[in-house]
Amino acid sequence: MTPPGGTRMALGDYVEIGRMDELGRLDTPVHRLDARSKAIATVAFIVVVMSYHRYEISALLPLSLYPLVLITIGGLPPGYLFKKVIIAAPFALLVGVFNPLLDRQTQASIWGYSISGGWLSFGSIMIRFVLTVTAALALVGCTGIHRLCAGLERLGLPRVLAVQLLLLYRYIFVIAEDGLRMLRSVHMRSTGTRSPGLRTYASLIGHLLLRSLGRAHRIYQAMIARGFDGEIRVLRPGRWGWSEVVFTTGWLAFFAVARAWNLAEALGRLLTRT
Amino acid sequence: MHMADALLSPAVGGAMWAAAAGVMAYSARKVKRTFDDRRVPLMGVLGAFVFSAQMINFSIPGTGSSGHLGGGMILSILLGPSAAFVVMASVLAVQALLFADGGLLALGCNIFNLGFIPAFVAYPLVYRPLAGSAGYGTRRAIAAVLASVVALQLGAFCVVLETTLSGVSEIPFVAFLLLMQSIHLAIGLVEGVATAGVIGFIARARPELLSQDRARAAASRPILATLVVIAIVSGGALCWLASSRPDGLEWSIARATGKEEIAGARGSVHRWIEWAQKKVALLPGYGFRPEAGAAQSQDDDAARGGAVGVDPGTPVSGLVGGLVVLALAALIGWLLKPRRTAA
Repeated sequence: MTPPGGTRMALGDYVEIGRMDELGRLDTPVHRLDARSKAIATVAFIVVVMSYHRYEISALLPLSLYPLVLITIGGLPPGYLFKKVIIAAPFALLVGVFNPLLDRQTQASIWGYSISGGWLSFGSIMIRFVLTVTAALALVGCTGIHRLCAGLERLGLPRVLAVQLLLLYRYIFVIAEDGLRMLRSVHMRSTGTRSPGLRTYASLIGHLLLRSLGRAHRIYQAMIARGFDGEIRVLRPGRWGWSEVVFTTGWLAFFAVARAWNLAEALGRLLTRT
Repeated sequence: MHMADALLSPAVGGAMWAAAAGVMAYSARKVKRTFDDRRVPLMGVLGAFVFSAQMINFSIPGTGSSGHLGGGMILSILLGPSAAFVVMASVLAVQALLFADGGLLALGCNIFNLGFIPAFVAYPLVYRPLAGSAGYGTRRAIAAVLASVVALQLGAFCVVLETTLSGVSEIPFVAFLLLMQSIHLAIGLVEGVATAGVIGFIARARPELLSQDRARAAASRPILATLVVIAIVSGGALCWLASSRPDGLEWSIARATGKEEIAGARGSVHRWIEWAQKKVALLPGYGFRPEAGAAQSQDDDAARGGAVGVDPGTPVSGLVGGLVVLALAALIGWLLKPRRTAA
């Protein structure tokens, strides 16, 4: 269930996919890297971020280097990505916000103020959330769905799923435009601002489904006419060269170091001489 | 109901990824084996349809809110479980990658909760037996609503289980469970009504589209599927019971039977589970909440407190270091930023 006005929100979302697609087609040093190296580094990053214990805050911060580097070298707009992160926040926020209420045991004190474990773990959840989501968005933003799918297929993703992802991504824009046109015509013919009732909705979605099926049939015929034999050949761009080796091993080494030692605290000790 | 990366531990996330990958391997093989090349574009377009259908809401009478189609159930009815699972997985992957809905590690959980459960549990076990093989009618509508409710209830239960087992959130299991189940009862009803409405429309407009679904009525094998569901649900519930309230379980069994021997046997099982849990956990001391672990022995708790708690002497240096690192990271980011004007 979404509150009223959810439709407008979704309209915005739809436009946003196009933006993400544009970003994936930029040409920067990180965009030129093979998709596999970025996928491996990002997955390793997420696993490392999640492996910290629940009160950890300071040790997580050095890891922010990875998404930051991808975003800056990849030329991705930080404000736009941040907005996407905020939109996705509610679930983690809702579940995490109970921590300060439930865990009141003092875990740390800074300059006389005591901090309860709940606030620490809440902060930790939110930092993890921002880090993992930003990394995933940065991965797509500097790879693009097409190259990412091709890379994942080479890493062992089942072909059926790779082809499905590519076709789904190809037709999201087309079908969404169909849906939006129908929705607009409903809005123009109805008086209020509210969403349509169930009866209208069922026929609206039913028609959208029929249109989609008709389109699938036409696509199939077009594919047959062009010699489709049941097998979709995925173009596999990219190659594994020295820059990929350096990128992947470099980041994996950094994650290992950051996981083994609390870099932020070490620096803090050095500065405060404690 | 998308699970988030931030609430998961790597062990739970990895286990759910393995489960989702296993089901995916099975489904991909099945889709390939029962191959009809017409299905290649059909699956892609139906995935896009689910996306678009989720943008359109209908208003729920009497309330200020609105609802939309879930996707898993209608895909199962139109395509069958295996293909529906592949399509749902692709939809969830695109949502995770482009909308940050869920996360990459949580994708395994989400594919399981929102893909496996509707396609392989609710559809064959609830919808198929109830809907029967006859044409469309009230019976099918009721089956669609019930199947959606069951799918969402089980999905919500899995979210609670995954969150609790991960131990990142403090929220107590029972309270979280009650909250999630009741919210998703409402959502399930709404989604079910939407699904029933759309299926009803399709049955009137293009009844032949549902012929495959009716044909599946004869071919369904509910017994195997039932066993799988029971195994998953009871396994999950037992894991939780065994790990969070072991002494309570022992105590109640000892009280119920009045025999020390059984309690002793339970103790060894408990020790084994504890050992397995320590082996499975990526990090010792990371995982269950202290209150949940309170049932464990005192020295265990002490060791855990030492491992989990932040060293009281270090927070100041941690804070200073953290702030400096953030500033450094920002500086590095600024330095790395391509200078378009210079180029």
